[in-house]
Amino acid sequence: MQLSKDDALRAYRMMKTIREFEERIQKEFATGDMPGFVHLYAGEEACGTGIMMHLTDEDRISSTHRGHGHCIAKGCDVEGMMAELFGKVTGLCRGKGGSMHIADLDKGMLGANGIVGAGSPLVCGAGLAAKLDGNGRVAVAFFGDGGSNQGTTFESLNLAKVWNLPCIFVCENNGWAEATSSKWSVACGNVADRAGAFGMPGVTVDGHDFFAVYEAAGEAIELARSGGGPSLIECQVNRYYGHEEGDAQTYRDPKEMVKIRETRDCIVNFTRRVTEMGLVEPDALAAIDGETATLIEGAVAFARSSPEPGPEDLLTDVYISY
Amino acid sequence: MARKISYRQAIIEALDQEMARDEKIIVMGEDVVGGAGTDMEDEAWGGPFGLTSGLYAKYGGDRIMDTPISESAFIGAAVGAASAGYRPVAELMFCDFLGVCFDQIYNQAAKFRYMFGGKATTPVVIRTAIGAGLRAAAQHSQSLHPIFTHVPGLKCVIPSSPYEAKGLLIASIRDNDPVIFCEHKALFETMGDVPEEPYAIPLGEANYVREGSDITIVTHGLMVTRAKEVAASLEGDGIDCEIIDLRTTSPLDEDTILESAENTGRVVVIDEATPRCNIAGDISSLVNEQLFGKLKAPVQRITAPHTPVPFSPALEDLWLPDNARIEQAIRDAVAYAGA
Repeated sequence: MQLSKDDALRAYRMMKTIREFEERIQKEFATGDMPGFVHLYAGEEACGTGIMMHLTDEDRISSTHRGHGHCIAKGCDVEGMMAELFGKVTGLCRGKGGSMHIADLDKGMLGANGIVGAGSPLVCGAGLAAKLDGNGRVAVAFFGDGGSNQGTTFESLNLAKVWNLPCIFVCENNGWAEATSSKWSVACGNVADRAGAFGMPGVTVDGHDFFAVYEAAGEAIELARSGGGPSLIECQVNRYYGHEEGDAQTYRDPKEMVKIRETRDCIVNFTRRVTEMGLVEPDALAAIDGETATLIEGAVAFARSSPEPGPEDLLTDVYISY
Repeated sequence: MARKISYRQAIIEALDQEMARDEKIIVMGEDVVGGAGTDMEDEAWGGPFGLTSGLYAKYGGDRIMDTPISESAFIGAAVGAASAGYRPVAELMFCDFLGVCFDQIYNQAAKFRYMFGGKATTPVVIRTAIGAGLRAAAQHSQSLHPIFTHVPGLKCVIPSSPYEAKGLLIASIRDNDPVIFCEHKALFETMGDVPEEPYAIPLGEANYVREGSDITIVTHGLMVTRAKEVAASLEGDGIDCEIIDLRTTSPLDEDTILESAENTGRVVVIDEATPRCNIAGDISSLVNEQLFGKLKAPVQRITAPHTPVPFSPALEDLWLPDNARIEQAIRDAVAYAGA
């Protein structure tokens, strides 16, 4: 699948923004000023980007607890996201959602989700709406190797096939459900092998390789848009940080992650490939690096200087409060 | 113009009239068509209780659809479609099946609006059968409305008659929040006056079923019928009962409960659910908190015992609050002479 220069720059900006955002969150969280829990997506940028490059605001996605990357790739406002993570009233959800519940329905982002495996049924509904509207839109459910073992995921795969829905189920298999290895917890060889049981195409790709994800996603999304029904894509990938910030990661060898960062980093490899092909100039990428750094710096300043929600916000946004 | 139809027919009529009004209303559930994918579609079931009977023939498979037995997936799909511009009505055949789909209801549908800063609406209705008395035993007889009522963001509706069934279902479908619509199985064939034209009964407004001056009976669903029977029988003894049908347990019409309780000074609450953390306990606490010192007798709670629903008719009849227990509680409250 041929990538245009503009698309290459767009993909690079998505991945770079996610990386900068997550690495900054890691630092901000360490200051103790950011409440709650954060699950970082760094290392997995090629997965969300490779999929989202094919989507518009009208296509809908569901995300996971590790949802910042999906939000950014789907077009959510980065300042609003940062403010949300700081629990500020200027946040995308007015400070009521937090890291695990960022949503922007106008962008087709149905929400990060604190419940593992909860997104796939919702995506069946979004896919059903698209099918009934006959508008060629698709719906994409992201889940991890942990979510791949949930009954909700199995039920949704079956329902999507039975109803012939324009849904794409994307398993980002980063090898670990918290501290449990997917080599142990997934009973079959690859998660994508399960697609056959539901009568749909399934493919396993290298989730560090933007081009592999982009190509597989293109096929699955085209199939769905043309009425061909659902597909399952498994992206095998690694997360650079722990399950959540503060995770000591006693379950894996730190040297292994250093080696993966050095040899398989999705942004480094993407950069090498598109510059060697002569598709984009290194200067253009460097310019994006600068803009991204400025964007994140501005988002942190915006979030930190924003007000917290007031007591009057506690009882609003629910139909009635007693 | 009103004519007599059954509670079941009232539900079908509400669905039919709303589906005709708004093409974004879709219906899904196990066997709500019955026979999907076979040659028998035209003679479809319309649900195991016949509550969607005739809708497939009229609206077709894009408006009413069978699902696999996958409650998490299709309840979640209804919630997802509600987030994507549709107004789905999903049928959870028995409320007892809540255990295999609750996450999509209480963590997803109920929370979107608040959790997303007020920017999401989730206009989904989940119709579900509640109630004992049909010898359906422990896993098909429960009244789980207290669980739904407990969750902020969900509305919980319990119609007590054909009139309420139609008007409350229409209001639920038109509402922009997720509504759990609890249909009592023992009421499906009861008959009552129902206007032919569509009408909506506002959610959150209790109904004075009967006015009286000696004691207030607060209840809902099947127990409204029993309360009426008891109230009629006590008339001869000079006990004048007021009956309030809650219609919705969430939102709860606190004002009407307190107004009536203050007027009579005596309250009996009847709830078919098991006693801990149920509606009877909630209302008893509300009345005591607000009207302490104005009450002539302690608030009486009449509930099922804290056990699963038994199968044997001899036991189930003891389990379900009956007229004798209701009458005794009323007599005790009226006769109460102080500590």
